[in-house]
Amino acid sequence: MEEVDVEPTVTNIPAASDGKHLGFAWGPGDILVYETLYKGSDAKGSGCSFIHEVRKDEDIYSPILRKLFNESHHIFVGLQTIREDLPSKNKKNQFVSISKNYRSVIRACMEELQQVAVSTKEAAVATQYGNQVSILLAIELIWNLCEVLFIDAAPAGSLLLHLLDWVRLHKADVDEKAREVLQSESPAEHRDYWDVVVSYVLQGRLEEARSMYKLIDTLLSRMPFYNPGGNQTLTEFDVKWRHWHDEVNRCLQDNSFASNRHLEIICKILAGDEDTLLEHKELLSTWYHFLVTRLLFSHPTVKPTELHYYAQSCLTMFLDSRSVPEPLDNILLAAFEFDIHQVIKDCSIALNNWWFVAHLTDLLDHCKLLQSHNLHFGSNLREFLLLEYASGLFTHHSLWQLAVDYFDHCPEFGHVYLELQIERVPLDTERKALKVLRICDQRQMSEQVRSICKIMAMRALRNNRLGSALSWSIRAKDAAFATLISERFLQDYCTRGTFSDLDLIDNLGPAMLLSDRLTFLGKYREFHKLYGEKRFGEAAKLLLSLMTAKIAPRSFWMTLLTDALPLLEQKEVIFSADQTHELMFCLEELTSCLNASALGSPKTSQDEDIELTKVELLRLSLARNLAMAIIKEGTVEA
Amino acid sequence: MENINAKYVSQKISKTRWRLVSHASLQQPDVFATGSWDNEVNKISFWSIGNHGSSDMDDGFEGDPQLLCEHKHDGDVLDLQFLDQDRIVTTSSTGAVTIFRLHQNSQTISVAQRWPRAHGFPCENAPCTGVVCSSPEIVTVGEDGKIIVFRADQEGVIRVIENADSSTIHAVTYLRTTEILTVNSIGQLKLWDFRQQSNAPSQILSLSGDRVPLHCVDRHPNQQHIVATGGQDGMLCVWDVRQGSTPFSLMEAHSAEMWEVRFHPTNPDHLFTCSEDGSLLHWETSTSSDMPSFLQGGRNNSMISRSAMAPAGGNQSLINAWLSGDSSKGRLETTHMLPSQTLSVNSLDVLGQCLVCGTDGEAIFVNRQVPV
Repeated sequence: MEEVDVEPTVTNIPAASDGKHLGFAWGPGDILVYETLYKGSDAKGSGCSFIHEVRKDEDIYSPILRKLFNESHHIFVGLQTIREDLPSKNKKNQFVSISKNYRSVIRACMEELQQVAVSTKEAAVATQYGNQVSILLAIELIWNLCEVLFIDAAPAGSLLLHLLDWVRLHKADVDEKAREVLQSESPAEHRDYWDVVVSYVLQGRLEEARSMYKLIDTLLSRMPFYNPGGNQTLTEFDVKWRHWHDEVNRCLQDNSFASNRHLEIICKILAGDEDTLLEHKELLSTWYHFLVTRLLFSHPTVKPTELHYYAQSCLTMFLDSRSVPEPLDNILLAAFEFDIHQVIKDCSIALNNWWFVAHLTDLLDHCKLLQSHNLHFGSNLREFLLLEYASGLFTHHSLWQLAVDYFDHCPEFGHVYLELQIERVPLDTERKALKVLRICDQRQMSEQVRSICKIMAMRALRNNRLGSALSWSIRAKDAAFATLISERFLQDYCTRGTFSDLDLIDNLGPAMLLSDRLTFLGKYREFHKLYGEKRFGEAAKLLLSLMTAKIAPRSFWMTLLTDALPLLEQKEVIFSADQTHELMFCLEELTSCLNASALGSPKTSQDEDIELTKVELLRLSLARNLAMAIIKEGTVEA
Repeated sequence: MENINAKYVSQKISKTRWRLVSHASLQQPDVFATGSWDNEVNKISFWSIGNHGSSDMDDGFEGDPQLLCEHKHDGDVLDLQFLDQDRIVTTSSTGAVTIFRLHQNSQTISVAQRWPRAHGFPCENAPCTGVVCSSPEIVTVGEDGKIIVFRADQEGVIRVIENADSSTIHAVTYLRTTEILTVNSIGQLKLWDFRQQSNAPSQILSLSGDRVPLHCVDRHPNQQHIVATGGQDGMLCVWDVRQGSTPFSLMEAHSAEMWEVRFHPTNPDHLFTCSEDGSLLHWETSTSSDMPSFLQGGRNNSMISRSAMAPAGGNQSLINAWLSGDSSKGRLETTHMLPSQTLSVNSLDVLGQCLVCGTDGEAIFVNRQVPV
């Protein structure tokens, strides 16, 4: 087994008594913990009969974060269907726009959480939401950096511009402060004035800085910025920049700004003086801001491969000797080193929810940036993370529907996971069962369809809803169950003498063919209808065919023959001689069977008497009918 | 499609309904109610789109639905309907029927009346699947195959038709003031006349082929004998209940269950359907003296079949455009109203020029400029 990356966190279970041994069982997204009977040395008190559910991921139960899952699901499904045959430049633009979509969704969620955190009166809620906001901030920061470095993959020159945008986006308080300063009566006297100017310069927003201060205008206005779309090559830009940089240094050496300390500071910043930059730590507030600013004013043509060198040194310079880099810092550092796997790994450990790593890895995989990194159990990294995320979603009472799409796009194990999980969705209403069935139908999961239909049909049968049960067995094409239902109907008929649910039996339609017993039921009902309409000839034919074509179950033959009695006793001859012969044959077959079985099973003498009487009556009627039929058929019409 | 706004609401929506507006005023609807399902705590909510007669609505964000108020609901909301301006009736998966009252001044909701076990099996709950009301009468149907009639201000039940159906009744609608129409899961439409005392339907209609379960039904607003249904296979059927027992026309509409079908209440040449496959279709037919429309009794496989001729103005045919004519040229146009790849659209409602629908992707879509 591999070694542990970080020390595992300890969670206390408050309701469990001290000293008791706990047992546990893994679930897909949580752990069930219970107290065992094993008594430790200082165990006290009686056992507790509760089961505790320990959940790691609370985020999916947060109402505002749920929107994140739903909206990102939409983006995810859209990403999977991007056509492979597009030229790579178009694809890159599409991937970048998808990445921006994800980020805007994160931001929208963050803003809403922030609003609630600020406006709520309960302290616990405010802290919880505040924590979620800071996590989302970090996630968006990392995602944005990954977009700049990996997906957009800007080359030297534009790289710095993108990094500048990245830093500016995540340090929005400068604009607020600037607004405050400008709205005051005399901006130049405001105590934050120089902070604002310096902040603008640190962010490379020289236009804004210029508008704040005119004197340093010329230097600021002449700083060259790389224009990716223009026809200036990197070397030309480099030359221009060096000229400007030399000019700045000359200004410093000439002491042109000696009179104004602030302007001198700004000039030193423009010259890229590290010590001056480090003096403004509060304005920079983060080491990556320091990194970008330093690069802007000393190495604007930095290449992507050189970034990590500067990143490491900036981190070390920025942090005090006492403070330790936080997990976020390590993740960003790994990103600057272009070590995607390390980024993903660190994020997986730091966050309690697989959402971020799953979606980011999927996007990077589509950009073909992940080497096929086979894990021990055969699937690749993208699939592993997606499966983990989707399995977590499946435990949620409502978000399980999203998980289905994620499983669909995991080619190796997705189908198996889905098969195992879909059967465990609780089915309270028929509507939910129909939705689950539709999911199974669309993916040709016929086993699951059969099993779900059987569950629903059994429930319907238990509640005496024979029509519902039949419609479920038709859906599953389950002949065995249809037979069961028909047996129920026939039993009802035998006990009560009439059919229940005539609306169903009369309107079976082609469903009748699903099972033999069902066909028999339909045809038997038809016989009754024909008899009721006094169409005796057709009724007789039908009755006979039911027995001779062996559609009727043997156990029902007695009933059928008894039904034939009134037809035999009519004044008019209904059964022809041949038909009567067939009836007699059936009767003989039946009695011989009964005699054979009668030896085994004990019957009361009353039952036996009834049976014998019935048989005798039948024999008599058949004989009489045969006589009349022979006479009728033998008579020559005059 | 440019006028459609999506709002994510953190709950799967099972039903949406516009609040009724008085016919006299030409106001567009501004408030709608939604019910959720499959949540640990389900809710009914009222939303406002702030449509107070202003005509220029080019700013999409202005139309974002705002939550007015919400209330806990026991069990999934399986159906929901406005009883009058302030009250809605909901049916639940626990078999309960509840009337909620919206208090406009304080923007709160309270439970006005409740029948907790209206529908049920002897040993477990039976979800109550559909409701229709014409104040003060309320008719509900459920998985137990019962039809129950209530009155809004009376405690008990007015009438129960036990064992009205041996299978689940999925939806119910009024045909006339004393007649209702139900659809069930063995593909039958049954007409019930409340003036008769017997517990048997006065008429049964069904498709001659497979017994496909029917999930939704709606009656033509002006012509009471024309009814549209949607079923498990996504087929849209239009029936004439006076004639015969088979549908007049069958159209392939969706590739999965159709959950809701609605005629436009004031412009019935327009029909809307929504389905499990995530699409919402707007069907438009046009009346003209050429007796347009689709093939008689057969299946129309093409979704869009528009005649090249412009409709001749002037005399309106008496035969309704939804029923078949002899012309072989179709004059039926269908448009998708949602961006693709949403999860199932469970419900829709249309009033005036406004359309609202709710999906399993926990989103509500509102379109304020439906071309009708």
